[in-house]
Amino acid sequence: MIDLIEARKNQVYVNRKDSFNIECDKKSVAGSVSQRACVFCGSRVVLYPIADALHLIHGPIGCAAYTWDIRGALSSGPELHRMSFCTDLRENDVIYGGEKKLYNALISLIEKYNPKAAFIYSTCIVGLIGDDINAVCRKVSAEKNIPVIPVHSEGFKGTKKDGYRAACEALFTLTGFDNESEVPKHSINILGDFNLAGESWIIKNYYKEMGIDVVSCLTGDGRIDEIKKAHRASLNVVQCSGSMTFLAKLMKEKYGIPFIRVSYFGIEDLSEALYEVARFFKEKELIDKAAELVGRELSVIYPEITKFKSRLEGKKAAIYVGGSFKAFSLVKALRHLGMKTEVVGSQTGSKDDYDYLKEICDEGTIIVDDTNPLELSHFIEERGVDLLIGGVKERPIAYKLGIAFCDHNHERKIPLAGFEGMVNFCREVYSSVLSPVWKYSPAYRKRKGGTV
Amino acid sequence: MKAPEKVIEKIADPARNTCRLCAPLGASTVFRGIENCIPLLHGSQGCSTYIRRYMISHFREPVDIASSNFSESAAVFGGRENLHTALDNVIGKYQPSLVGIATTCLSETIGDDVSLYIREYNEKNKSEVPIVNVPTPSYKGIHTDGYRDAVISCIKTVSKDNETGDFINIIPSFVSPEDLRHLKEIASDFETEAVLFPDYSETLDGESWDSYRKISPGGTQLNDIARMKSAKASIVIGSSLSRSGLSGSLSEHLTNAHFMNLPIGIDLCDEFFAAFEKATGKPLPEKYSAERNRLVDSYMDAHKYFFEKRAIIAGDEDLVVSLASFMSEIGIVPVICATGSDNPEAVKLIKKYAPDAEVMADSDYATVLDKARGMNCDLVIGSSKAFYLSKNLSIPLVRVGFPVHDRFGSQRIKHLCYRGTQSILDNIANAIIEHKQNSSNIGYSYL
Repeated sequence: MIDLIEARKNQVYVNRKDSFNIECDKKSVAGSVSQRACVFCGSRVVLYPIADALHLIHGPIGCAAYTWDIRGALSSGPELHRMSFCTDLRENDVIYGGEKKLYNALISLIEKYNPKAAFIYSTCIVGLIGDDINAVCRKVSAEKNIPVIPVHSEGFKGTKKDGYRAACEALFTLTGFDNESEVPKHSINILGDFNLAGESWIIKNYYKEMGIDVVSCLTGDGRIDEIKKAHRASLNVVQCSGSMTFLAKLMKEKYGIPFIRVSYFGIEDLSEALYEVARFFKEKELIDKAAELVGRELSVIYPEITKFKSRLEGKKAAIYVGGSFKAFSLVKALRHLGMKTEVVGSQTGSKDDYDYLKEICDEGTIIVDDTNPLELSHFIEERGVDLLIGGVKERPIAYKLGIAFCDHNHERKIPLAGFEGMVNFCREVYSSVLSPVWKYSPAYRKRKGGTV
Repeated sequence: MKAPEKVIEKIADPARNTCRLCAPLGASTVFRGIENCIPLLHGSQGCSTYIRRYMISHFREPVDIASSNFSESAAVFGGRENLHTALDNVIGKYQPSLVGIATTCLSETIGDDVSLYIREYNEKNKSEVPIVNVPTPSYKGIHTDGYRDAVISCIKTVSKDNETGDFINIIPSFVSPEDLRHLKEIASDFETEAVLFPDYSETLDGESWDSYRKISPGGTQLNDIARMKSAKASIVIGSSLSRSGLSGSLSEHLTNAHFMNLPIGIDLCDEFFAAFEKATGKPLPEKYSAERNRLVDSYMDAHKYFFEKRAIIAGDEDLVVSLASFMSEIGIVPVICATGSDNPEAVKLIKKYAPDAEVMADSDYATVLDKARGMNCDLVIGSSKAFYLSKNLSIPLVRVGFPVHDRFGSQRIKHLCYRGTQSILDNIANAIIEHKQNSSNIGYSYL
């Protein structure tokens, strides 16, 4: 058995073999080489896709450099979100304060780019040098007549999840403004889809076909004016629940909008996401349309999936992703391919999430919270896994061990949501697992009992 | 007499699509070039994760960088406890030969005394694992500064004074793993014993494994770093390495050091090999004069593609300096030379090689783009980040340096010496030809 860091011993479980009371929702252990990022990262990824806003990072350059054009979040119009703006604080600013620099940066950038709103992200040292960001934002907002919203995302003030929360708070301040423009009868908001590789468009089209309009997608292909009227939708449909449930709760409290949690990955979860919205409006026609859509799409994709399944049946997988809802869907999606999940974990899962994960996973599946390369590689080797699903940071672990890899992170360029996304996902898995290259990998040969 | 200039306090413009990366990235790269070393960043979790992701996307190798993972209370009361826990865990789990600590904006701003924390740790735990500490606040320097300061800190901490030995040091600035392999090959062809530091040629461009390695194999051995001060000569390439920074300067620790620019282009390569001959006392191996002459031959063959073509060079200062020199040799006019570094010496050097160029120091890509519009530029040479220029100006990009995360084989880009120059020359010529071919309706099949 693996020798875990003492403080992490309750963050790793073998399903239904160990007594299950997983520890999660805690800060990563110092020196553990966590795959998580920081509070700032959480805020930045959530707000990033809002395409007509100015995103200004208040701090030294690093935080801005690493998040320039980082997500595959597409826009159907403006692309201001793909620029990286930073106050680029220097030593004198750290000593004397960065408020003036922030003010000047905001004024000059707003004049140059005409954004509909501006988000100002605080980084670590801004929290230390005591800049009054709120005051600067208020001042600029009054002068330039656009919302200028501080995002309190100092890296050390919690985990990535706290960054999600700060982003939700920032978004919430934008809601409740537009009570004039027309909002259709059957209308929803999509929360927590980021339009990676155009996924929000796929989902919006499904709802449209059912007769349901999306008032605002938060934040995929996002626009400030849409967020301003989001409070007038009838239902909030939360996908990436780890990041956006907090906003849904705030909106429920203030505007009385109910919310449901869904996932657009995999057949069951996606179908349920469509049915559940249809059922919410309590009209038979909507439910019939959902059924028709699901039936039609399934008849198209099933034969394709069956082909992939015939080649993948019996293979074993490991999943390590940011959010736990995605992990649920992936466990189920892999079953359609006849693949068994041996290891599964997330960076930000909650206690409830892990309880559910335990329910849907087989006995013996290893469940991990906030894992690291040493643990992950150990479990992959121990279980003889054929496929790892993760992000860029996990990819070299898979390849060094001579196993297949599927990128399910926010940089992806291929849509994996929706029915067509399910086929793409299967093809991604298939084209990596069945590649002829593995037989040259020493680790693969060792696993198969051959000579290295 | 000129009146003294009035000092006007100008507030700097915000960075728009930055040319700079942060100092801990440079330091981490150096630490990855030491055998069995694990880098540890003293700050927030995000610093190490972002840097890991960035480096992995370029090198396509595992890059483990630990973090002391500050909490709010650590930011208030100091990061001692976090650093000690982090050291316990990385030493326990990775069993490293060396831990390389780089600070971050956060730990520097609160004034953590990392050297003191390390002494306390060693005393308390009777730990014998050497620990190097390098200050890398990114409000004071960029990745190339962090790189240099880490090199200096390692030599300062690990190397001992000894009698002069019969070997040389080769200390390159931030180049590719392929370049590092080439430098080793050159030393070997000169039949000279050399310590190459840092050496991430294997750790960041490694082989396929039969089982998972906690720390990628390869790197400069600790006992080699320990003897660097006693080398009979040192070849230090990359002008950023010649300057002093937060860890002092390299020249304090080396005797008979040849500080020079990255060897790109005939002139700079000739200077480099002359220094090599002087440092080793051995003549240039025939193989390299042949490479040189083939390169000269290709200068003749390709000169018409290049003459008076207008180029933008953007990237790390060392690369910009040497590319400016090389481009001028082949008849390309560098019209804009841009770098994120704000160092006046770099500006002077660039101006020396590209006197007509608009030199933009401490710059960013959006400012470069504003400047470049209307300047009729023909090509860009720079990292993947310069694709922003290439796309907006509809001109080709020749990818060099770091990061290159929109193409394959970034670890194996050749930059240095006659061979690297040859490769860059071929790529520039082909980029120009391809652009002409693709933007013509004629369908040229000979060009």
